[in-house]
Amino acid sequence: MDTFLQQIINGLTLGSVYAVVALGYTMVYGIIQLINFAHGEVVMIGAMVAFTVIGWLAANTTLPPLLIVLIGTLAAIPACVAVGYALEIFAYRRLRNAPRLAPLITAIGASIVLQQLAMMIWSRNPLGFPQIIPNTVYHIEGATITLIQIAIIATSVLLMAGLTFVVYRTRLGVAMRAASQNAQIAGLMGVNVNQIIAATFMLGAALAAVAGVMVGTYYGIAHYTMGSLLGLKAFCAAVLGGIGNLAGAMLGGMLLGLVEALGAGYIGDLTNNVFGSNYQDVFAFLVLIAVLVLRPSGLLGERIGERA
Amino acid sequence: MSALLEATNINKRFGGIEALSAVSMRIERAEIYGLIGPNGAGKTTFFNVLTGVYRADGGAFTFDGTALNVKAPHEVAAAGIARTFQNIRLFANMSALENVMVGRHVRTHAGIFGAILRGAGTRAEERAIHERARVLLDYVGLAARGNALAHSLPYGDQRRLEIARALATAPKLLALDEPAAGMNATETATLRTLLERIRDDGTTILLIEHDMKLVMGLCDRIAVLDYGRKIAEGAPAAVRNDAAVIEAYLGGELA
Repeated sequence: MDTFLQQIINGLTLGSVYAVVALGYTMVYGIIQLINFAHGEVVMIGAMVAFTVIGWLAANTTLPPLLIVLIGTLAAIPACVAVGYALEIFAYRRLRNAPRLAPLITAIGASIVLQQLAMMIWSRNPLGFPQIIPNTVYHIEGATITLIQIAIIATSVLLMAGLTFVVYRTRLGVAMRAASQNAQIAGLMGVNVNQIIAATFMLGAALAAVAGVMVGTYYGIAHYTMGSLLGLKAFCAAVLGGIGNLAGAMLGGMLLGLVEALGAGYIGDLTNNVFGSNYQDVFAFLVLIAVLVLRPSGLLGERIGERA
Repeated sequence: MSALLEATNINKRFGGIEALSAVSMRIERAEIYGLIGPNGAGKTTFFNVLTGVYRADGGAFTFDGTALNVKAPHEVAAAGIARTFQNIRLFANMSALENVMVGRHVRTHAGIFGAILRGAGTRAEERAIHERARVLLDYVGLAARGNALAHSLPYGDQRRLEIARALATAPKLLALDEPAAGMNATETATLRTLLERIRDDGTTILLIEHDMKLVMGLCDRIAVLDYGRKIAEGAPAAVRNDAAVIEAYLGGELA
């Protein structure tokens, strides 16, 4: 029983991160039908920038730990927003009317460029995130939850609520949904579609920055390749929920986190330890294959009204 | 005062087909200017060239005293031209109110940072957008339907919602592509009252319409297109009796 509850807690933590990253994929897809494979790298940049700022502050000041992490996050956000904006302007905008394969390949190229840049700036070694948040552990029913896990889950819930508010209750959100339904008509009604697309990239990148800090503090490590696998898994989560659909990305992220955690927790028992928890990464892709075979439109389908 | 819109020698070709050839017209302020002609005469093409959907092969537009030089669709709306479509193109899965709010976009400013930081200015602006959208829904007679999804509205209401959305951009020229198409007599009468009210409130209307009773009763002046050429222009009574117009619509005398 305690394994089950424990893996639920771990799964929700992991799922929170996937959900926040998956939102970035799904927002961009909803508006220009592009799978931005460089999005995982934006998460990595967020973790790297936060690592630098948090490391410096931890060594040179006596600020409270939570404040240090907050400042690190606030530094990562503009850096990632700038990267997201640059991606859209330099890599994707010129290819808006090109065949769909062209921007897809560009996205993969951009992802390689960002990885190599990060390697040049932050070195090829794994960087240890300073453990500054106290590792306070709470016990519930035989399972444990750490302060960091609580912070990650709470932050991602806040971010998802905030994004939902922006998309459904603000002028920007109305324009984003209009552009995703019909960009040409939105343009004729006075919406500067290029600006809205850039804003979408920037919003997704800001979420990615926070996700980067979450992953960095959770695993205590940052590395220039950390974005690839995380990005692919978040993409799986977005497809699982129904790509282009905001609620789908949130649901898909959470479910994927749970599947991974429970799978990793029980695979040893179920296979007599032939497979261990190191097979955790397999589950995301099994889920992707299953979705593509059984329900290609994802759990929440692609109802056009929910895209943004 | 100069004309609101002056089109000079507009040309548009699709391959070998001359969809518009040397079409010129002057639309005065606060008039309802009708654009009629048989199917395929080039009326909608004229709208599409005017609103930047197509690029003209030749000719120029002067709008409100300055040359209209459009590079992106939203610049047309910013310049003060709004349009509706022959086949309704609402944002089907957004509410009626939200459809109208999209039209306010060009007249408001809060961007990505405003949407997130939500200063007092942004909040006031968004309240104003809401309020204006409600006023416009009321103006076209849809006050009670604000929360209905656009695609769930009856046909006549969808037409009027498109007009409200276009009005939200605060246009100087409202270009309507067959607004009465598919409407019954009652709906057409309501539409006519609405269009007269829009003109009387100071917005110029450019109207493509096949309902001749509506066109003749409503328009201050009319231009007739046939095979991409303007064959007549003038007051409704004069156009109705023009020999070239009668021939275009009814065919020439049998030899």
